[in-house]
Amino acid sequence: MKMNTTTAQPLLLPADWRDFLALTKPRVMTLVVFTGLCGMLAAPVGIDPVLGFTAILCIALGAGAAGALNQWYESDIDAVMKRTAGRPLPAGRMDRQSALHFGVGLAAFSVILMGLAVNVLAAAILTVSILFYVLVYTVWLKRRTPQNIVIGGAAGAFPPLIGWAAATGDVATLPVLLFTLVFLWTPPHFWALALFMKSDYAAAGVPMLPVVAGERATRVQIGLYTIPMAAVAIAPWALGLTGAIYGVVAVATTLIFGALALQVSLRSTAMGDTMKPEKRLFAWSILYLFILFGALVVDRWVG
Amino acid sequence: MQNEDEIRARQRSRARVMALLLGAFVILVFAISIVKIKAGMPH
Repeated sequence: MKMNTTTAQPLLLPADWRDFLALTKPRVMTLVVFTGLCGMLAAPVGIDPVLGFTAILCIALGAGAAGALNQWYESDIDAVMKRTAGRPLPAGRMDRQSALHFGVGLAAFSVILMGLAVNVLAAAILTVSILFYVLVYTVWLKRRTPQNIVIGGAAGAFPPLIGWAAATGDVATLPVLLFTLVFLWTPPHFWALALFMKSDYAAAGVPMLPVVAGERATRVQIGLYTIPMAAVAIAPWALGLTGAIYGVVAVATTLIFGALALQVSLRSTAMGDTMKPEKRLFAWSILYLFILFGALVVDRWVG
Repeated sequence: MQNEDEIRARQRSRARVMALLLGAFVILVFAISIVKIKAGMPH
């Protein structure tokens, strides 16, 4: 294990509560909460609002715990990347032990609350997702293989499954398709980011695909992963699991995604390139997931 | 001792946030209990 203490200066003050909040990666959490909520609302049976709220809270806290443990383990690489150097640990605003205790405590709390208040299946999937993100992705794969985010993407794909399991106590084809959708969406999403953040990852020694295999290979991979992703995005409608509202929205937004991904996979970087198409694909990929999951819920409640 | 004042102020703000979170948790557990009792679930 490559680990060292990266505290910039000796600590004088106890960490501010806002730094604990920052440890949970609140911006990543919004997408996690949203997909979890949509998985829950797309389920055929309703859930009591209080229990539904509790389930979403547990998903959010579990994701926050995973984020905190990720930052605890990665403070050495965060310190050398511009994008992450200002985080509480690399900036020296918090000691590593506080982050570890916070992460483990929050993880245990979220799982126990989910198990007691909602159901055991949802708690079990939540546990798997936290362990997957922290152990499989952060500790095992991220520094070892350029396929890191492909498999790590599974960790981010769990929320709709947990939301569904919270409402129904069961798992069905539709939430598994949603899981697969987020799983296959992650590579083009992250590699688009990696293309314009290449130097950052290279400096930190993280084997992101553009660093290890080069830009050409990354662009090809973005294009290749988009194909099964598009198929899975349309599948819920094609299989008759959703209505026409979802179908129309899925086809339209996936076409845009496909066009942007095609543009990225066919071009190559020129001198002084501003990487506009890559940034556009990255931005659209986030919006795409929001729209798709939103359409799923609208379809279920209106259609 | 300006440093000590700063530490105390930081502790106070953390304690205040913790108190709010604990209060919210108590309300949540109460609400969950009511829902469970209404649904007739033994736990």
